[in-house]
Amino acid sequence: MNPLFHIGRYFMLMRRVFGKPQKASVYWRQIIHEINSIGISSMPIVAIISVFMGGIITIQAAFGFSSPWVPLYAVGLTARESILLEFSPTIVCLILAGKVGSNIASEIGAMRITEQIDALEIMGINSASYLIFPKIIAAVLIFPFLIALSMFLGIAGGYFMGVSAGACTAYEYIFGIQSFFEPWKLYYSFTKVLVFAFTITSVSSYFGYHTTGGALEVGKSSTTAVVYSSVLILLFSLILTNLFLTR
Amino acid sequence: MIEIKNINKTFGDRHVVTDVSFSFVPGITNLIIGESGSGKTTVMKLMVGLHKPDSGEVIFDGKNFYDSDAKGQQDIRQKIGMLFQGGALFDSQTLEENVRFPLDMFTDLTKAEKNDRVNFCLERVQLEGRNKLFPAELSGGMKKRAALARAIANNPSYLFCDEPNSGLDPKTSIVIDELIKDITQEYNITTIIITHDMNSVIEIGENIMFVYKGENWWIGNKSEILNTSNKELFDFVFASEFMKTFFAKKIN
Repeated sequence: MNPLFHIGRYFMLMRRVFGKPQKASVYWRQIIHEINSIGISSMPIVAIISVFMGGIITIQAAFGFSSPWVPLYAVGLTARESILLEFSPTIVCLILAGKVGSNIASEIGAMRITEQIDALEIMGINSASYLIFPKIIAAVLIFPFLIALSMFLGIAGGYFMGVSAGACTAYEYIFGIQSFFEPWKLYYSFTKVLVFAFTITSVSSYFGYHTTGGALEVGKSSTTAVVYSSVLILLFSLILTNLFLTR
Repeated sequence: MIEIKNINKTFGDRHVVTDVSFSFVPGITNLIIGESGSGKTTVMKLMVGLHKPDSGEVIFDGKNFYDSDAKGQQDIRQKIGMLFQGGALFDSQTLEENVRFPLDMFTDLTKAEKNDRVNFCLERVQLEGRNKLFPAELSGGMKKRAALARAIANNPSYLFCDEPNSGLDPKTSIVIDELIKDITQEYNITTIIITHDMNSVIEIGENIMFVYKGENWWIGNKSEILNTSNKELFDFVFASEFMKTFFAKKIN
């Protein structure tokens, strides 16, 4: 189908999503529920991946810097830069696109094919706003915390695995992660996270909301949502990297 | 009262509803009957705004739905209760939360008042004490009754029922039919039931529209339906001689 058709329909949906909320107290409850569903339940996978990837990045950096001309604290510095700039904001968000995106698309898609969305509409409820707005707000609120957790655990994982594997000493690693730190890079990372949080939830909701047919189509919507979210994350990552880091 | 006047709907080059007009009267059960694919569900979707007609009017107590602005349409919709074919209960919510949902969204009742109303509605559909069950834990008949409880929770003026008996055993079907009829009379609701269950037609068919190939083919009531000379309606109702004999006895 014409990409312009999807883009137009996406923006029309977003206009409905950000329409006047029906009843603030109900939306607030929904946001809390979604924070738990989207964010808290994703903590274990984010934690496991971050610890291991932190360790792997550190050991690989140590392997790459085996030249005597490169000081060993560069291992910690490289691990920090990789984790803060790309692994936590982008790669973890790609993983979350798979977990959260497919969950959102299949949940809303199933509601569509079982007429639950029609039921909302007939009651006089703006179904797009009721279903999607709390998910977007919840993701935008909770994703930065997930990514901050990922950054912390990634660096901690790098420390424990790097030191225990003999890739560098504890002193060199800690010295490395403190060296040449520029705080503005965190703005870059968290700006990316906010953009990705919005992209994952809105794009997945879009594909779920416009599901037609049966169970097979719900599965297809879920897959399409993950694919499009992932591609858009990479595209926006490139754009934001160019905006922030190109001198 | 709901009136539909000369509504038409096409999907692509296929005419699904052609020039259908009818008046749905409050306090009695209004039925839309017809074969599968005849356009009866589309008529209902055009009435509640899930599809927009190509032409024609849908008038709720003097207010033209499609001439109303978004706020006006929303006001009308808030007076609608709907019983979907599959129940359309919210899977993530318990029975009690499902029934309380319209109250949470549209009323300023206190928590205690809402609980009272929820319990009343569940009792009305004989589901008292099942408050904490999830839709997945309910049988087909219980789902329909739960959906009916949700539909009546906010005291609707209009009740739409899309094939309320489909997939149910005859005994449960009768329970659902009687519930809908009782609620309609008790609260003087304008009730529209879509069905092809002939038992329901004979039990509760007080004002019937027969839709054939998207057209309003016949209008009458349950007594008139047995003596119809309309060939298409006759073929629909009396698919077998057994049906004719059975229903003739029942009417007498």
